[in-house]
Amino acid sequence: MIRLENLTKTFGAAGSGITAVDRVSFEVPEGEICVLLGPSGCGKTTTMKMINRLIEPTSGKVFIDGKDVTHIDPIQLRRSIGYVIQQIGLFPNKTVADNICVVPDLLGWDRKKSRTRAAELLEMVGLQPDTFMKRYPKELSGGQQQRVGVLRALAADAPVMLMDEPFGAIDPINREVIQDEFLRMQKTLRKTVIFVSHDLDEAVKMADKIAIFRAGRLEQFASPEHLLSNPATPFIETFLGTDRSLKLLRLVQVADAMLTPADTVRPEDPVAKARDLMEKSGHPAIIMSNGDGRPGGIILASRITGQGSCREAAEPVRATVPVKVDLRSAVALMFTHDMPVIPCVDEDGKLQGVLTYRSIVRSLANSKIAA
Amino acid sequence: MSDVSVDKVAGTAPRLALRGGTGRAYKLGRLIPWLVLIAAVGIWWFTGDTPEDILTYQEDIVYLGGQHIALVAYAGGLALITGIPAGMILSRPAFRRSSEIVLQVFNLGSTIPTLAIIALCMTALGIGTMPAVFGLWMATLLPIVRNTYTGLRNVPKMLIEAAQGMGMTPRQIFWRVEFPNALFVIFSGIRTALAICVGTAPLAFLIGAGGLGELIFTGIALDELPMLLAGVIPTALLAVLTDFIVGQLQYWLVPKGINPLR
Repeated sequence: MIRLENLTKTFGAAGSGITAVDRVSFEVPEGEICVLLGPSGCGKTTTMKMINRLIEPTSGKVFIDGKDVTHIDPIQLRRSIGYVIQQIGLFPNKTVADNICVVPDLLGWDRKKSRTRAAELLEMVGLQPDTFMKRYPKELSGGQQQRVGVLRALAADAPVMLMDEPFGAIDPINREVIQDEFLRMQKTLRKTVIFVSHDLDEAVKMADKIAIFRAGRLEQFASPEHLLSNPATPFIETFLGTDRSLKLLRLVQVADAMLTPADTVRPEDPVAKARDLMEKSGHPAIIMSNGDGRPGGIILASRITGQGSCREAAEPVRATVPVKVDLRSAVALMFTHDMPVIPCVDEDGKLQGVLTYRSIVRSLANSKIAA
Repeated sequence: MSDVSVDKVAGTAPRLALRGGTGRAYKLGRLIPWLVLIAAVGIWWFTGDTPEDILTYQEDIVYLGGQHIALVAYAGGLALITGIPAGMILSRPAFRRSSEIVLQVFNLGSTIPTLAIIALCMTALGIGTMPAVFGLWMATLLPIVRNTYTGLRNVPKMLIEAAQGMGMTPRQIFWRVEFPNALFVIFSGIRTALAICVGTAPLAFLIGAGGLGELIFTGIALDELPMLLAGVIPTALLAVLTDFIVGQLQYWLVPKGINPLR
């Protein structure tokens, strides 16, 4: 959908100039979000601006849908690409509706059609059209402005969007909310998005592909999982940080890391059975399952004394983790409740498997091999 | 005229501090000269026979007032149709380098007292309405050019970047983004400029262009207070009226989203 071929930009005189972007090539398939990531001054914004020709490349080509953008009139090109800038840039002299409809108006859409579209879009992000259409940007909160900024880029329903740190100017809590909102919309809209960011967490969350830049060069182009588990160069390793395994936790679901079928004991089983199972598996604890398939208790190896049934030896389960959440939340639960083994449950609370520290480590190692 | 640049800053300031109360305080402040004026006129009217003496000049007031308004209209109109485009051109990227020099020359020009300008105009162009209009135009021009230029230059870069990125042509960027967002500051310049224009117009009498200056200067020369007042009061009223009209235009024409008064 979007293909860059040896894209290069040199500022200043040829030969003595500064090369801001150096022979960058990659391809973003239709409907995917590609995050251009890197420290400031690495050429990511320049690369993005060459796509809609706000900056003309020194050499190399950009293809959108197989068409070389240098053959398209830049004004027409830009109207066919959604554009969001970091500072939002809503026009303070225009109402929210007029701001959203900037591109439709430029394209000469029927006014009624474009205003209806604006109302639909506002509804999508939970802003009441009746209230907000006629408001001016200064009457909106930062988060609302940011949303309108994104809606403005969506208004003409362009298949491609360029977003230059679109959620940069907003507090962390609202940023998470807007990111989630955008991902939810993206699921149905399936835009091809080039997204500039310097925030690794944001990139890992938003991206289908991450392009890491350093001093104008593309260092690695990979999916977030691949990037985190197989950084290509020492620079990327440093950039990702020593806690990159923790970031990887975010990308793995409990369902993919839990042990299944899990060893369980029943309340009436003798404690000895639990001890045998734990010795065999090497886990520090085992889940006691009730007759209805729900976790009924947990038996810790260190606490087992002598005889009796499992029912007597079991301690109550302090927490369970839904199979659909990511490993980061699961680990947080395990730490909070000091549970080396945590039962994983489905929506009905039925036991689906167990998560242990070791199973988490193994799944991270697996993703490293697979990627 | 050095206070012109101060007023320019005053024009931009509320734009930055756009919160509810500012607008109301601003409006209240605008009312004070009116109240003082009304009180002053009232006191004169009811204490003594000056009012009747002033009214003996009624015919002169009407005739010279008409001349006065014509002078202001010509000079102000000319300043508007030249000053705004000049400010626009100076604000264009192609003129970035030369614009500051040009404005410095304008500034220098504005330090010359208006009386001297009018005198120079007479020397160069003779006496009558034309040189007077020319002199008034010179005196009125600077705040308009300066504010148009500053207003346009102060439009945040990000707005222009956003407009560009969404596919506006340079012309569309100018008329849909830059100009509307500079409008408040431009109007502040016009307001200042026209106030200067009305206030300076009496000097036109000195080079034979008539106007209410005739009553004022003759009144001074003859030590004739009612005659003097017959010139001064209409001049003052005219100034207040002009300011009021431009103020109303500013209030209603500047889009609500960027108008700190609304």
